[in-house]
Amino acid sequence: MNAPVEEVVYIVPILDSTDVLKARQSARELAARLKLGSADQTRLATAVSELTRNVLQYAGQGQCKIIDASSDTQTRITVVVEDHGPGIPDIELAMRDGYSTSGGLGAGLPGVQRLMDEFHLISQSGHTCLTITMSRPRLAL
Amino acid sequence: MKIPILRLGEILLTSIQVDLTDAEVMEFQSSVLHTISEVEARGLALDITAMEVVDSFMARTINDTASMARLLGAEVVVCGMHPSVALTLVEMGRGLIGVDATFNLDEGLSRLRKRIAQRGDSMLGEDDRHERSS
Repeated sequence: MNAPVEEVVYIVPILDSTDVLKARQSARELAARLKLGSADQTRLATAVSELTRNVLQYAGQGQCKIIDASSDTQTRITVVVEDHGPGIPDIELAMRDGYSTSGGLGAGLPGVQRLMDEFHLISQSGHTCLTITMSRPRLAL
Repeated sequence: MKIPILRLGEILLTSIQVDLTDAEVMEFQSSVLHTISEVEARGLALDITAMEVVDSFMARTINDTASMARLLGAEVVVCGMHPSVALTLVEMGRGLIGVDATFNLDEGLSRLRKRIAQRGDSMLGEDDRHERSS
């Protein structure tokens, strides 16, 4: 079995709200290209939309990297969303359902976590990095 | 990006066909509400058949727009949500709670007409309505 080769497919700088669209469309495109079903395409695109909007809202700007980390047996898409904003002051609180500092966006991060298979968050003042992954077994040809 | 708002008698019909930025979504919300108020529309059908992504911001805006339209006096239905979108929204923990929905625009329009008839404040005369429904 070949070791998975990680290939960065898209790097989308997040500077304004049109970049949120670019990021989620790119994620959807990769998911479609890797033959994930329409529900998974929508899950991934929606998760990317939530995270990149957070970047704009809380940090002003950042970057979204969309990575194909598929192997022979698995289709695997990882998205890394990073910014150099003030950071999330209380991660535990931010991961609590229904909590929002932005007036009702509510289920942001916990919602994203539920849509994804893996979810990692590191945040400190000056650097926040969210890594989300969707993985599906690859159908035998 | 200007989204057309069409008038069908006392119902307004609008369909989101393109991916919208947050600013465009807010502009759309405001123009829908103004049009409802201007023409005193009794109903609003919002067709989202073409929408492949409805994230929490869009969901909240649709919800809010429906509540606002009701405050003005219009009935609202959301038509044609894609199954993947429904699935994603509910998994995220964010439905379009309290918004009336139909499979398609056709059903949306008949639902609205029925509700307007029940309210009994239609702007159309009895004859007009018969013509329309026959």
